[in-house]
This record gives sequence, C-alpha cells and structure tokens, in this order.
Amino acid sequence: MEYLIGIQGPDFVLVAADNVAANSILQMKHDADKMFKLSEKILLLCVGEAGDTAQFAEYIQKNVQLYKMRNGYELSPSAAANFTRKNLADYLRSRTPYHVNLLLAGYDDTDGPGLYYMDYLSALAKAPFAAHGYGLRKRFILNLPSFTVRVIDKEGIHDLETLTSGPK
Amino acid sequence: MITFPLTIITPIHSHLVITSSGSGADCMLWERILAREIRLYHLRHRRRLSICGTAKLLSLMLHPFKGTELCVALTLQDVPVTAHSASPNSGPKLIYVCSDGARLQGDVFSVGSGSPYAYGVLDGGLRWGLSKEEAVSLAREAVFRATHRDAYSGNSVDLFHITAQGWSQRTREDLREEYYRDMKRREKIAEERRRVTTSDG
Repeated sequence: MEYLIGIQGPDFVLVAADNVAANSILQMKHDADKMFKLSEKILLLCVGEAGDTAQFAEYIQKNVQLYKMRNGYELSPSAAANFTRKNLADYLRSRTPYHVNLLLAGYDDTDGPGLYYMDYLSALAKAPFAAHGYGLRKRFILNLPSFTVRVIDKEGIHDLETLTSGPK
Repeated sequence: MITFPLTIITPIHSHLVITSSGSGADCMLWERILAREIRLYHLRHRRRLSICGTAKLLSLMLHPFKGTELCVALTLQDVPVTAHSASPNSGPKLIYVCSDGARLQGDVFSVGSGSPYAYGVLDGGLRWGLSKEEAVSLAREAVFRATHRDAYSGNSVDLFHITAQGWSQRTREDLREEYYRDMKRREKIAEERRRVTTSDG
C-alpha cells in the first residue's frame, strides 16, 4: 500500500510520499525514498511494482540528464512529463509493460509550478492536486508510519521534515 | 552421485558475501554469473566493483527475466576497504536484490520463507552497539527460531562475520537437536527460579 500526494500552490509544488518498501506482508525498509530527482526543479514520484519503479524512474532520470548534457539546457516539467508518458505508452502494449503510477512535480521559470498525474495505463493529466493510493490516517485499516515531504519553488527542491505517526 | 557441502552463504571474494533464497538452482547459477562478471570487471578496470555497482549489475541482469518463473532473492554484504574513509561509499553495506526487480539497501534484512519468524526475533533484540558475541547470538537465535517454525527452513546455521579485514566463518552448527537442548536449558532456568523463590519465601 503506497501513497503519493502532490499539491500545487501559487509559486510552489508540495509533494509527499510514504517511506515503506514492502515485500508481501513484510516491511523490508522503513526509510525508502520514492522521489527521483530529474533535474534541479523537477521531481518524479514513483510507486508500483517492485522492480519496475526503480528501473523506469531511473531510465527517465538518466534520459532527462542526457538531454541537458546534449543540448545545454534542461527539459521543462511539461516536456519531461510528456516524455515520461510517451515511454510508458510505448511499453504498454509490449511484452514488458511497466506497472508504475507517477506524479511529476516541477517548477518552470516561465510557466511557474506544475503537477502532472500519470498512471500505469499512461494517462497524463495536469492537475492542481493529485494523489495515488490511500493516505487516510484515522480510517484506513493499514497505517503508513512515515512520509518524506519536499517542496519545489523557484529556488529549487527543498526537503521538509519527515512526517511520522506515533507518540511524539 | 555428486554431493558437496551445500551453503546458502557464498563468499564471492575476500570482502563480498552473498546469501541466497528462492529457487536453489537459480541462485547457484546467478551467483556464478555474478562472480564471473565482477571478476571480469576487476580484470578490465583494475579495481573492484563497489557493492552498489554489483547489486545494480545483478538487478539489471535479472530484469529481462521478470515475469518468468525465475525466483532469486539475494542479499549482498560487503565491507569495502577504501582509501578515503570519509567518502559515502565506505563502510559496511547490505543490499537486497530479488528477481522481481527490487533492489534495497538497508541495515537489516531477512529473506525467505522463514523470514517473518526471523524478523520477530531480530526486531526484538536488535540495537546499535551490540558486541560481536551478542550479535552472533541474536543472529543464531533468529535462524534457529525460523528453522523451527518454518517447514521449508532447517538443518543447520552458518554464521559469517564480515569486517574491513574480510570475512570469517563460524563452524556450522546442527540445529536438529537444538530445540531439545533449548527446552532443557529453559527447564533448568525455571527450576532454578522456583528453587530461589521457595528458599526465599
């Protein structure tokens, strides 16, 4: 049970992801980071099937970096989101589709903050707020113990305090 | 018929040790393939591949087989000796790699059908600052309890201790009689306690 959430503000995007890496019923890691830094102002949040998440996200990450090396400037969040969606779509009807759900959050110097929702069927939607999974604290039968929180603004990506449930 | 001492823990080189679970045949094959690849890297680049690189290489080699019947769940442990001890790549590392594609670095892992039982014991006794004897005893207890309760785990326990100087192996211990020895030990402790309380009271 993994959880991602993103909220776009007037000049920032706030994102959070849970910290559990699970294998069936066991929690193998309680401090997993599900956010991948694509560039100085773009984060890709990725959840889904065990190997697919890291493989796909790192593939996108390296290709975005390669674009910067080849062309001298970085991809905009909108371009990165569409690039990601195209890759997901190309693999969808192959023998090896990637089962991943994504949020892409970024700050474009001209267009401002942007949040893009993508799912494993390669849907893409730009949204003011979006989430994957169930993050309810009180009513959900499973509790996710902690969340990594980051915010992206015109200065770049900033880490905020990790949220933990439990006695303070 | 060919027999050889079957080990779940396989040292690859002086500082890299791999434990395996899942399908025995798949694990034996992939350990050999990995050992070959990192030896080739060593010969080509004149330096050892880091454990993170080894884990990533293994993960990438297993990826094409995702969705097939291949079942391999390995943990790689390494204490690299590096010239710059302040670099983030130094220090002991433990990485879990499986045929599903997962690759996780962490402080403690238990893998296999008996892992829930082992986790139970491990999580109860684990803390930073354990002495070597305490750690060995905790690990041995975790394996013992898992082999007792899990139908697919059993026989004996191997213990490897890895430091910057390399790995060292404790003699293999048979656990088949261990349960009864443990029962007798507990009975003795309970009797002692009863004797002390009745003599006090």
